[in-house]
Amino acid sequence: MAPTTGALFRGFLSLGLMGFGGVLPFARRMLVEERRWLGAAEFADLLGLCQFLPGGNVINLSVAVGLRFRGVAGAVAALAGLLAAPSVVVVLLGAVYDRFADDPVVRHAFAGLAAAAAGLLVGLAVKLAWPLRRQPVPAGLAVLCFLAVAVFRVPLLPALLVLAPFSVLLRRWSRT
Amino acid sequence: MTAPLLGLALLFGELSVLAFGGGNSVLPEMQRRMVEVHGWMTAAQFNALFGLAQAAPGPNMMVVTLLGWRLAGFWGALVATVAMFAPSSLITGIALRAWDRFRDTPWRRAVQAGLVPVTAGLVAAGAALIASTAAGTPALAGVVAAAAVLSIATKLHPLWLLGLGAASGLSGMGFG
Repeated sequence: MAPTTGALFRGFLSLGLMGFGGVLPFARRMLVEERRWLGAAEFADLLGLCQFLPGGNVINLSVAVGLRFRGVAGAVAALAGLLAAPSVVVVLLGAVYDRFADDPVVRHAFAGLAAAAAGLLVGLAVKLAWPLRRQPVPAGLAVLCFLAVAVFRVPLLPALLVLAPFSVLLRRWSRT
Repeated sequence: MTAPLLGLALLFGELSVLAFGGGNSVLPEMQRRMVEVHGWMTAAQFNALFGLAQAAPGPNMMVVTLLGWRLAGFWGALVATVAMFAPSSLITGIALRAWDRFRDTPWRRAVQAGLVPVTAGLVAAGAALIASTAAGTPALAGVVAAAAVLSIATKLHPLWLLGLGAASGLSGMGFG
């Protein structure tokens, strides 16, 4: 049974309320195991497409699932459902921050929070880079990209236009 | 500094189609444009908002909504969110129709594999920029390092690490 647009909105609304710093495991459970909108192989296939394209994986997944079952209305319903709750929460957090930013105790708490968030991002960067450690060419490219963007502050568009095709071509040559 | 809605739309619209590998890969460019190019906020303010957004549920790009809200209120939040998610969603919709034809082509695999080191470099660049601002005092640098190590070495929920960071900030000692 194909879900209705209302069901798509509600399904992704519940997903938006779960998961901190990564909704993907919850997305699989909701789509495959609980609501059974997708089979395991279908989920893996759609995820492959969503990882290939620009944008967040689960964002793209919501659009693809909505589109598949209910066309454009379904895609809009799924995406709006996914973003509704986190948008409200994030703005409420921002309002709290604005209200209390002048209080030294609160400011210290937010500085600690920002430091922990920075640490989580460092952890993520290490996890992404770790599999490249025994592959000199991709590792070199990652370092080049890091230097260009973090040290020389090259804008993203030219950095991507040079490095991405270069990386893809190297990948093609190294396989032939 | 006022952020015109058009400026927000153009910035996030561009980042939307460049976000290969997800939202974290456009974080360095987001910071560069917000802080260095437009002067809409300081690096410390950008960090604080990034930290707050990490404490919200849902997809990891909610910092976009928060930045829009901070700079231009309700309409800023709406414009930034739509600009960040609509273009990539449109691409997903178009690509979904063609996916059956290009899923198994060699170029698709080469492009996907070629983007891996670029994404790793971009996320590392974002982590370096965010962490260098967050680690303003030795105590805060300690929180960054501890959160990074714990996120790699343990399976502690990220929300715990953010909470611990905020709590250590509440102690107030050496947090600036």
